[in-house]
Amino acid sequence: MDRIKRALDSDLFYSYKSSPLALVSSIVAAILIFSAVFAPLVAPHNPFDPGSLNLMNGFSEPMVPNAFTGDTFMLGTDDQGRDVFSTILYGMRISLFVGFAAVVFAMTIGIVLGLTAAYAGGRIDSFIMRIADVQLTFPSILVAMLVFGIAKGITPVHLRDQVAIWVLIISIGLSDWVQFARVVRGAALVEKSKEYVEAAILIGRGPAGIVFRHILPNVLSPVLVIATISLALAIISEATLSFLGVGAPPTSPSLGTLIRVGQGFLFSGEWWILFFPAMTLLLLALSVNLLGDWLRDALNPKLDD
Amino acid sequence: MIYSILKRAVQSVFVLLLVGLVAFSMFRFVGDPVDNLLGQERTEADIERVRQELGLNDPFVVQYWDFLSNAARGDMGVSFRQGRPAMEVILERVPATLELALVSATFAMTLGILLGIYTAIHRKSWISNAILAISLIGVSLPTFLIGIFLIYIFAVELGWLPSFGRGDVVDFGWWSTGLLTWTGLKSLILPAFTLGLYQLTLIMRLVRSEMSEVLKQDYIRFARARGLSERAINFRHAVKNTLIPVVTVAGLQIGSIIAFAIITETVFQWPGIGLLFINSIQFVDIPIMASYLMLISVMFVVINFAVDLLYLAIDPRLRDGKGA
Repeated sequence: MDRIKRALDSDLFYSYKSSPLALVSSIVAAILIFSAVFAPLVAPHNPFDPGSLNLMNGFSEPMVPNAFTGDTFMLGTDDQGRDVFSTILYGMRISLFVGFAAVVFAMTIGIVLGLTAAYAGGRIDSFIMRIADVQLTFPSILVAMLVFGIAKGITPVHLRDQVAIWVLIISIGLSDWVQFARVVRGAALVEKSKEYVEAAILIGRGPAGIVFRHILPNVLSPVLVIATISLALAIISEATLSFLGVGAPPTSPSLGTLIRVGQGFLFSGEWWILFFPAMTLLLLALSVNLLGDWLRDALNPKLDD
Repeated sequence: MIYSILKRAVQSVFVLLLVGLVAFSMFRFVGDPVDNLLGQERTEADIERVRQELGLNDPFVVQYWDFLSNAARGDMGVSFRQGRPAMEVILERVPATLELALVSATFAMTLGILLGIYTAIHRKSWISNAILAISLIGVSLPTFLIGIFLIYIFAVELGWLPSFGRGDVVDFGWWSTGLLTWTGLKSLILPAFTLGLYQLTLIMRLVRSEMSEVLKQDYIRFARARGLSERAINFRHAVKNTLIPVVTVAGLQIGSIIAFAIITETVFQWPGIGLLFINSIQFVDIPIMASYLMLISVMFVVINFAVDLLYLAIDPRLRDGKGA
């Protein structure tokens, strides 16, 4: 109870209450995430269950009863008669899962390497940071594509579709760790010279204990900000890769895959197959992005560039 | 100054060696080249002979060196899918990508600088605010959605512009250009706009913030005190000093334009190296992937190096060798 009261009195909550943009975007993000997580309960159909599909329902327009079956679909159906609303919910699930997992992966690598670089210093530091510099020369989407291509080459053909999601997570994660490493290293260098670290050395704690138990908690707030902004970027990266056909497999379509498929129907006038997934992607990326911006202003940590 | 140029040069070589290592590892560890060369009926002796011929039994460093010297001569192996030398396949597609990249970079630079100057001078006008608001939306939209959106409006609904391809091209030796034909120009508009939009907003915002800073400086106030016209102050004094950092950022953006061309080329089915790269990933065509990687890193490194030199030439403060 006490903790809740303290949280409600905090500066962070005050800033949240007084920012309409933060309120709206957090509500939108919460609704989207909730309906994605509980997609099997929220969605009217299961788009991956062939038994629930009726080919006669194909190409139903949104909110217009189908000419053959009389069924009405809120956001229309695709060529197979799949309810677009349901495919969006299931697709968002995959987009969000890949996004979250990739950010956690990037964050873990970035934190470990950043802390190591800051605490070890010297050659290890310049080696890690030099690699980070080289990677920064290349746009992260290119790095992700390359990792994806190499991983695809290594995986045996019959396993490719099954592991594609994990490959995607690793590709996006590996393309995004540099941000975290740089910020963590910068913050950790400042913390390292503080007295509490000297005290910890004096009482005989080992380097790993000092770095992870003492320094890490003090560098987490900039990491949180970067993580939120990275989540928006990761969702967009995932959508871009899937759109280009080098991402989620056709067996588990994400929002990007749905847009890729929808593009094919644009010329024949079935705009809703493309339009609604695209809008969902925009809404998701924009709300998470705005939330990240607000968090950055509210926590105001000193960020590198 | 020579020291800092040298330092940059060493860094560039380091980047290329590292990228070379990645490309080499792709050949070495992704799929077995012996499997690709020999058919079903092969003996242990055949395998051993081919391994010896290909140098696969040499130490790692020797193989890496061989790979690098071949790559430097433009020999990156044969495309698995097309059965032709990978470098040849890539090079014939380079003109399409470079043309698209240069047109969209020019478009982004010109319009970005002009809009940036306008919004910095007229800070409070509603036109500036509208431009800034639109640019914010432009930045948060993924490139491929912008492309699809433009195709829908201008190709599907209005039917003014083609939705894919390059139109008719004119060949000059190994270079082909679409800039000289009417269909070529028409096909270029949508992809170039899509590709340049992000850079346009980036340059515009940069110019705007730099110029607003410059306009607060004492020498601008002094120029105003001297009774110079607003026009002379803005364009003769302020703009010149604004453009120094813009040169760096704009130069570095050319690299990312070439990389982001992958997305635009896929949306518009533009026959450049980006589309080739995406297809090579889909079909795991390692020689093409590796050649693309090498080619684009050489471009990146050259661009970065050139921008650094340019920056040293423009800004005297960096010449003492302390510049980062």
